[in-house]
Amino acid sequence: MEQALSDIKVLDLTHYIAGPYCTKLLADYGADVVKVERPDGGDPARRMVPFLGDDPHPDKSGLFLHLNTSKRGITLNLKAEAGKKIFRELVKGVDILVENFSPRVMPSLGLSYEELEKINPKLVMTSISNFGQSGPYRDFKASELVIYGMGGAMNETGMFDRYPLKKAGNVIQYQVGTMSAFATMIAFFASQAQGAGQHVDMSMFESQMGTIDRRMSHLITYQYNNETSYRPDPELEPPGFPYGIYACKDGFFQLSGGFVFWPRICKMMDMPELVDDPGFSTQEGQRDPENLERFSIIWYPWIAEHTKLEIITAGQAAGVLCGPINDPGDLVNDPHWKARGFWEEIEHPVAGKITYPGAPFKMDETPWRASRPAPRLGEHNAEVYGELGYSGEDLMLLRQQGVI
Amino acid sequence: MAKLPLEGIRVVDITVIYAGPFATMNLADWGAEVIRVESIKHFQVLTRGGTAHPNQDIVSDPIRTGGIATYCNRDVSFRPWNRWTLFNAHARNKLGCTMDLTQPKGKEMFKRLIAMSDVFLESNAPHVKENLGLTYDVLKEVNPKLIMLSMPGFGGSGPYKYYRALGVHQEGFIGHTSLRGYPDSDPSTTSTVYHADEAAGATAALAVLMALHYRNRTGKGQHIDMAQAEATMPHLGEAIMDYTMNNRVQESRANRMPGAAPCGCYRCLGEDRWVNITVTSDEEWRGLCRAMGNPEWARDEKFADSLSREHNQDELDRHIGEWAIKNNHYDLMYLLQKEGVPAGPIIFEDDAYTDPHLRERGFFQELTHEECGTHIYPGLGFKISRVPNSIRRPPVRLGEHNEYVYKELLGVSDEEYRQLEEEGHIGMDYLPDIR
Repeated sequence: MEQALSDIKVLDLTHYIAGPYCTKLLADYGADVVKVERPDGGDPARRMVPFLGDDPHPDKSGLFLHLNTSKRGITLNLKAEAGKKIFRELVKGVDILVENFSPRVMPSLGLSYEELEKINPKLVMTSISNFGQSGPYRDFKASELVIYGMGGAMNETGMFDRYPLKKAGNVIQYQVGTMSAFATMIAFFASQAQGAGQHVDMSMFESQMGTIDRRMSHLITYQYNNETSYRPDPELEPPGFPYGIYACKDGFFQLSGGFVFWPRICKMMDMPELVDDPGFSTQEGQRDPENLERFSIIWYPWIAEHTKLEIITAGQAAGVLCGPINDPGDLVNDPHWKARGFWEEIEHPVAGKITYPGAPFKMDETPWRASRPAPRLGEHNAEVYGELGYSGEDLMLLRQQGVI
Repeated sequence: MAKLPLEGIRVVDITVIYAGPFATMNLADWGAEVIRVESIKHFQVLTRGGTAHPNQDIVSDPIRTGGIATYCNRDVSFRPWNRWTLFNAHARNKLGCTMDLTQPKGKEMFKRLIAMSDVFLESNAPHVKENLGLTYDVLKEVNPKLIMLSMPGFGGSGPYKYYRALGVHQEGFIGHTSLRGYPDSDPSTTSTVYHADEAAGATAALAVLMALHYRNRTGKGQHIDMAQAEATMPHLGEAIMDYTMNNRVQESRANRMPGAAPCGCYRCLGEDRWVNITVTSDEEWRGLCRAMGNPEWARDEKFADSLSREHNQDELDRHIGEWAIKNNHYDLMYLLQKEGVPAGPIIFEDDAYTDPHLRERGFFQELTHEECGTHIYPGLGFKISRVPNSIRRPPVRLGEHNEYVYKELLGVSDEEYRQLEEEGHIGMDYLPDIR
């Protein structure tokens, strides 16, 4: 079956997480993505945990394997003149170039957007950086933690009496990667319509400042009411009950109740006699600490007697917003995602057959497909450079000179 | 001004709360005509407020300080649903109309709107569209070129198909919650984040563009089945792969990251002010030492190399904490960045509006909302060189564009329009008995 982006060619000069996730999204939906790595070691993500069998081999990083499916891989030294020449030839033949160097790097190599546009006037170039291509923080360094603290809603993540917390792993960089793929496609549409190239300036900082996870709402709350956000104090501000994360017989689950959903909570617990109790079923009633105490006497024994699965099954049957607190193992073994065919088995010549996260969305007509495993370093040199007309002998010379 | 890339694309939007509306916000920002279809007979809890007619005393109670869910000036005397911060965060650049989709007349109007549109997005649990009879099978008969994206929490198939969950509950299902709490506390102290909403919203917007590109090429529409949770799962790729490769169940590391030490959040001068610092190399460590004035303790062998720093991270954090608390959070960013160390303040709302970088790059933008007044709003998340762009419309009010949608698009006569008002389709206020 044809894929959505099978007519689009992408040159991928990205490394680490945000850039590679952007180009993975394009590649898994059909774009021809050629990933360019430096000959000495390649993408640093090859050296990042977790490793298959804890063996830090460049083709055994689970992070790298996950982020680079469906791409072809070549090596190229952009500091060598021969490398720059080849790079310009590559740029000529693509629709899109994605890079995530710090903003000084491409211009210092003589490969700024202005230069590349001369070679390919319809080029879409997406530049992903910490703080964008201009402004006083342009050259500042960052990390997942630093970006989330500045751009995201870290100030209100965690408990009021403890330090603020980031989200898990590297999710902010993945989010920026997703927004970058969106921005790239928007710029591609603009380039098609105008017949002119486009340079996308994607700042991780601004992308988080303009995101929906609490940040925009609170920025507007501050404007409307001059109130800043804070980390929650559950004792000070009970949001109604039951609400939050609770321990049950075999683990933890979470649930959003409150007076609006009170009849459903009663149905979940099979306690119809409580439905009309005004201490529980009205907003005013739920604000009285005495009713919270009365509720606790009923609630805690009930949850202690039931498992996560029992509570979630009963809760969902009653229309309650709820779910278990699962760990990654619970997730991979969960029957729902298996039934939907979410997981993908991908065979890699070095790493072997491993289960990967699959399609983020299923398109009826144009499927997601991991068309190949993540490339080994320089795996497609002969193929890609051959397409440009370089012979086997040329490639040998270029390798000898450290260009590829 | 250059034409925006999505000009001419009409999107019908019945999404709720956060994820779906974030998707359509992105489409609206870049030129799509996004029409939100709401109903004055059905109040969307959270999307448009806590209740349709909230109690002023409770809204005014200072103990309930704002948050993502509050009203402009805490004033709910007139159309509170247009003053709700959670809604006004994503409702810019959109148009809005009202229609009762449970009535045959509403369904008929809706189908006429679908027939002249390109994209339809919905984010309810699947029983909603099934009960309304507005599934893709039905709508593609009305518009064969339609692109329809359904984004319920768990997707359109599988044992949890009809489960109800907000992004926050999906994050429990997929392991995010277990990976981000305080390592020394149980999960009940893990506060709420809405990562699944931003992840699914951005992914959905991208999916629509892919389907539009395919339609441009072939003329074919299609249905997209997106489980919000599945759009978010790849963001946890490392933890998932560690399990599938090594059978290892990762747990929360809080603010620490593998291969970085120190890597943490340190309290600064002032009330609840903090700085984040990440050191990933000896060079950055030396930069941090210089910034701290090369203190005696930093010369200890315990901190001499990356492995030792990783092993002695708790002690390292205590030392850095004692230094950071004497300094201003922004000052520390400038000081540490000058020494080549990744560092930045935790930015609260007041900091954001005065941040020199955001100011110079023109991130914020002033908008006037007819009922809320003039305020400065967060702007667009990225820039495109030959597509100058800014927010063109303030957050849309309930039913604000009923005349445009019914009269101009659907060609409804004045008399029919009045009748639709009487029947409860058209209006700008929830009916008084709606809770």
